Amino acid sequence: MDLYAENILDHYRNPRNRGEGNGASMTGNEVNPSCGDELTVHLWIENGMLIKLEWEGTGCAISQAGMSILSEELIGKSVDEVLALKKDDVYALLGVPIGPRRYKCALLCLHTVKNAFAPQSWLKTVEIDGE
Amino acid sequence: MGLDITKIRQEFPILDNNTLVYLDSAATAQKPKIVLDAMNSYYCTSNANVHRGMHSLAEKATIAYEEARKAAAAFIGAAPQEIVFTRGCTESINLIAKSWGSANLRNNDVVALSLLEHHSNIVPWQQLSSEVKWIGIDDAGHVNMEGLDAILKEGNVKLISITGLSNVLGTMTPLQEIIQKAHNAGALVSVDAAQLIVHKKIDVKELDCDFFSFSGHKLYGPTGIGVLYAKQELLEAMPPFLGGGSMIGEVTTEGFTCADIPQKFEAGTPPITEAVGLCAAIDWLSQFDWTDIAKHEQALMTYAIEQLKSIEGLHLLSQLPIGCLSFTIPGIHPHDLTDMIGQKNICLRAGHHCTMPLHKHLGISASTRMSFAIYNTKDDIDRCIVAMNDAINTLTL
Repeated sequence: MDLYAENILDHYRNPRNRGEGNGASMTGNEVNPSCGDELTVHLWIENGMLIKLEWEGTGCAISQAGMSILSEELIGKSVDEVLALKKDDVYALLGVPIGPRRYKCALLCLHTVKNAFAPQSWLKTVEIDGE
Repeated sequence: MGLDITKIRQEFPILDNNTLVYLDSAATAQKPKIVLDAMNSYYCTSNANVHRGMHSLAEKATIAYEEARKAAAAFIGAAPQEIVFTRGCTESINLIAKSWGSANLRNNDVVALSLLEHHSNIVPWQQLSSEVKWIGIDDAGHVNMEGLDAILKEGNVKLISITGLSNVLGTMTPLQEIIQKAHNAGALVSVDAAQLIVHKKIDVKELDCDFFSFSGHKLYGPTGIGVLYAKQELLEAMPPFLGGGSMIGEVTTEGFTCADIPQKFEAGTPPITEAVGLCAAIDWLSQFDWTDIAKHEQALMTYAIEQLKSIEGLHLLSQLPIGCLSFTIPGIHPHDLTDMIGQKNICLRAGHHCTMPLHKHLGISASTRMSFAIYNTKDDIDRCIVAMNDAINTLTL
């Protein structure tokens, strides 16, 4: 299956939940220095629930579409559910084959969200996991 | 006389079925069959360790390895004992830094680098306690010579380590002038020739550079072999790099003495087969005239620039490039572009090309690079441009 499947291109061209995050409860960001992809996510938390999410960023189609797709999935989830998300969940959401060339792009959204809760803690575990 | 590109292409097995468009030779060049055959034949008929056994096979291997050294030396106008085989250009530069640098550079000493440098000609110098100063570039991508003068004037510059040809912008540095200025100021010069070596005839004695490094694999040879040239008196004074077999004169329970140059810098079993391959690559390339190579590659460059300019918004990062050119297209990430055209067997490089300081200076995080070799044709460029336009349409539709 093509990496640039229609749903990826659709989210890249028409990203969902983009916004500057005014009044958000917390913000996280992450950069992928090797390609310059960049994401910032703003979260609104109420009673342990993620009730709203906005994000900003620049980068390749995979990183940007990934954040857009993940944003739709996360809204309405409990904080515990958000924190329990794993890389395989992101791969499943994207629904396209993510090889060694692009896994950093695909997982940037997850790093960014986790960083909002605990900066940098997630990054290390992913890097140890490798591809 | 001109080059017969059709015939040349037939010598490259990977280009056999004519479906591959390979415009990424600045990353690594494809290999002619004669190089692969030489390596295979060495393994089949001559494989033994070098400088060790007394048996005839070991002698055969040693002769093959030392013939490669002579070929590499002749290729750049050096003497064989001034040629150290390494695992690649990166290791060559690291050898200079770890051996010459550690022995000669003190805290207040300065190593001057240009903003064009590849990480392999940056990090080894940053690992030392001496200071690194940066020579800027102008808008066309050429080294700022006034900047160089100013740094030399500030004093304490012990070494200028500089590329001969940028692996991103394709701009050449005026090596002769830089070397002269450096020597007048009492500084040595190390040339990173990873890119330059395959595009221009080099004579290290004429250049009068002190160190000169390149890899085999960008020269139509195998990976895993590099060359370090250094002036004989420098090599003789430098401490050894890695310790082990071959690099010693004598080892006792108290210590060791060093072998003569160049063995002093070649600890362990060297890349023998790769040296044989490099030798074959040098022989193969030497049948062509450098003027013909340059003419062919420049014609491709001119044609590519013309075609690329038809793409809306495309921005070339330099003017008058040689060997490679790089560009950005607004709204199109280089990784998406090269991934998509890559699916059609068209190879361009994307990213920061191991030159993050250069990309930061240019105000971009990544670019796309197209590079040319002796086997490329205008048809390669045409097919690449068609695929690029398709990818751009898909991404922006």
